[in-house]
Amino acid sequence: MDRAIEEVLPHHASGPRAYGWWGMVWLIATEATLFAALIATYFFLRFRSGPQWPPGDIPAPELELPLIMSAILLASSIPVHFAEAGIKKGSQARLRWGLLAGFLLGAIFFGVTVGIEWPEKLAEFTPRTNVYGSLFFTITGFHLSHVLVGLLISAWAQVRAWNGAFDADKHLTVQNFAMYWHFVDVVWVAVFATIYLSPIL
Amino acid sequence: MATIAQRLGAIWSESPGLVGFISTVDHKRIGLRYFYTGVIFFILGGLEALLIRVQLAQARLEILDPEAYNQLFSMHGITMMFLFAMPVLSGFGNYFVPLMIGARDMAFPRLNAFGYWIFLAGGIFMYSAFLTGSAPNDGWFNYLPLGDADFSPGLNIDYYALGLIFLGISTTGGAINFIVTILKMRAPGMTVNRIPIFVWGELAMAFQIVFALPLLTLACVLLFLQRRFGFHFFDASAGGDPLLWQHLFWIFGHPEVYIVVLPAFGIASAIIPTHARRPMVGYTYIVLAELATALIGFGVWVHHMFATGLPQMTMAFISAASFMVAIPSGVQVFAWLATLVTGRLVLRTPMLYILGFVATFVIGGVTGVMFSAIPFDQATTDSMFVVAHLHYVLVGGAVFPMFAAIYHWGPKMTGRMLDERFGKLSFWLVFFGFNLNMFPLHISGLLGQPRRTYTYEPGLGWDIHNLISTLGAFMLGIGVLVVIVDWIRSSRRGLLAGDDPWHGETLEWATSSPPPHYNFLTVPTVRSKEPNWDQPDLKGGQAPKDGGHPLDGGHTTLSTSMLDATPQAVVHMPHESPWPFYLSVALFVLFFAFLLDAYLVAAVAGLASMGALMGWFWPRGETQET
Repeated sequence: MDRAIEEVLPHHASGPRAYGWWGMVWLIATEATLFAALIATYFFLRFRSGPQWPPGDIPAPELELPLIMSAILLASSIPVHFAEAGIKKGSQARLRWGLLAGFLLGAIFFGVTVGIEWPEKLAEFTPRTNVYGSLFFTITGFHLSHVLVGLLISAWAQVRAWNGAFDADKHLTVQNFAMYWHFVDVVWVAVFATIYLSPIL
Repeated sequence: MATIAQRLGAIWSESPGLVGFISTVDHKRIGLRYFYTGVIFFILGGLEALLIRVQLAQARLEILDPEAYNQLFSMHGITMMFLFAMPVLSGFGNYFVPLMIGARDMAFPRLNAFGYWIFLAGGIFMYSAFLTGSAPNDGWFNYLPLGDADFSPGLNIDYYALGLIFLGISTTGGAINFIVTILKMRAPGMTVNRIPIFVWGELAMAFQIVFALPLLTLACVLLFLQRRFGFHFFDASAGGDPLLWQHLFWIFGHPEVYIVVLPAFGIASAIIPTHARRPMVGYTYIVLAELATALIGFGVWVHHMFATGLPQMTMAFISAASFMVAIPSGVQVFAWLATLVTGRLVLRTPMLYILGFVATFVIGGVTGVMFSAIPFDQATTDSMFVVAHLHYVLVGGAVFPMFAAIYHWGPKMTGRMLDERFGKLSFWLVFFGFNLNMFPLHISGLLGQPRRTYTYEPGLGWDIHNLISTLGAFMLGIGVLVVIVDWIRSSRRGLLAGDDPWHGETLEWATSSPPPHYNFLTVPTVRSKEPNWDQPDLKGGQAPKDGGHPLDGGHTTLSTSMLDATPQAVVHMPHESPWPFYLSVALFVLFFAFLLDAYLVAAVAGLASMGALMGWFWPRGETQET
């Protein structure tokens, strides 16, 4: 009989040794399928709707603001990665400030979408105008709701980080949040290409 | 000094009474709940079916009006798929996957508890529609534009859309839980080529759910946005397309068939070796066939849409893929037959049901291959022939194995044997009842009887087939009743089962019946594909001589590597918690608020959900999930 196993093995798993890490991997897999289906829906309806896209008198989307938004959101992954890499080495400061910087950039993206981008679009068309309007607001809305969830997880992780809950061995929450946040950013690239780029190509 | 059993018993014990009832995270209690709740929905769905059959017993009956008939056949389909088949198979998985892989719980015990509560809440949500007489009435696949607000103005389709989104939360969480449990919690030594086939079946099911269910959820979200808020996805007058619904639904809907039958095939592969007294023939081929079915199942959805006027080229590809999917199913059937032929059969009730399963499923499979031929499909689409086919596949492929599982695994779950006389009686009633019920519908379908039509004219040659079908349905119902009576009777007064009444080959038979909270006295070290046959020192869950791990230093399990099951870490598991229950209550309110346009209530329920999540994840210094 071998009692030593509890003394030999680590009691704090992170990365692929932790159940939670795999849970996040499969959550992302199913969420990615959802976005893939949304984007497939967009192109399915676009190609069945006739030569003019956007239909009706809706102008093609302008790229200036969306490009700035993209830069902000994609940049937010950098401090999040910085925070995760920091806590792996035991640096509380990198963890705390990295999470905070990532949160602020994500919040700016959220604010710009709700405060500037959507009102501008709503002046041109609404989800009820036609199928293009429905798709525009549904796809960006789905993505934005994921940004919001990411911000909430980030806030939770930050409260815990400032309470000193994480160290070089125990940081699965940070790892999972970082993975989720990078996923939200990657999805944005696909959303951006679909919603903003594809109509003008 | 306390014994290992006493220490483990204290570590893994749960609160008694009501607190324990809503807080439990024991996979066996949750598994039994899935099973019992699923069986109650099976009875409800069965009663709906009997009403349908009574209405169709003769031409021009007026027992049900068309609206009631529409609601009954829609809810029958929804119930049997989402509230019976999936939950009961999840229930067996919940109960037996950790036992078969030598683990002490599922990977995410609270998510597991949450999944059950959401399933229960979702079921109540769907069935509450009957209270106002507005149950879903557009069939289980709810085609547009009939399901749009213009043509279905009531709450019926809103119940459908919201109910399926709600249930999807439960199913998705459950699937992720199964995957992580199976990949990361297997006992040391249970390498990938020693995983029991039932566990493979649950894994294949879980993979399919992860990649198929989002399509249904999305379809329902888009439908709800269109009905409630005037979006246009399926609205041809504003650039939408009703065919989009069919694509989204069937990209989910065809894998859904395999989501139901793959774990049921796994049940068959768990029972056959035990009752044929030999190892399974072609283990590797069966596993590969299950995974191949899961994969090809994603490429055949358009064969549900052959009558919608798609391009020939699309249909030709899908037709070929649909023929192809018969190959892995055939591989499994022949592996089962080879095992049966070369084994020494123990013809007890579980084996009878398995033989019934093979015969019935093969008939359903053969008519399935017929549909792959586009002209035949177009000639029989929307006829009773399709109804007969899908019932042969689903009742033959899933319900027969479930009944086999009840008789095979029931003794493990209750500690008592079911009655063999009741069992055999039930089998013959179910087998003949089902075939009388469904076979004649092949003929009436070929003679032109449409499905989903509440009555028919006499003298079209359909009368006798429908009458026989109705009689068969009642015979089947009596057979099911016999099983239920037997279960209730035997779980109180049946013969004590002992640890291993069938001399099974897998690990669930190496512990007591029912197993203690901690499942095994020591986490075993597995050295064989049939550990309970080849490692006699595992019996009775005693500390094995050749190395097992008591893990009695805390509320812990092992994390093992994915392929080789080498121990990697000791994982401190979460304790019981009422928060999953509270969260499901908050979400229940949230979904009702959406249904009734009460968005202020929805906002409050949303905030309450966030509060419940915080309670759930609040650090209490007990787990490593930090």
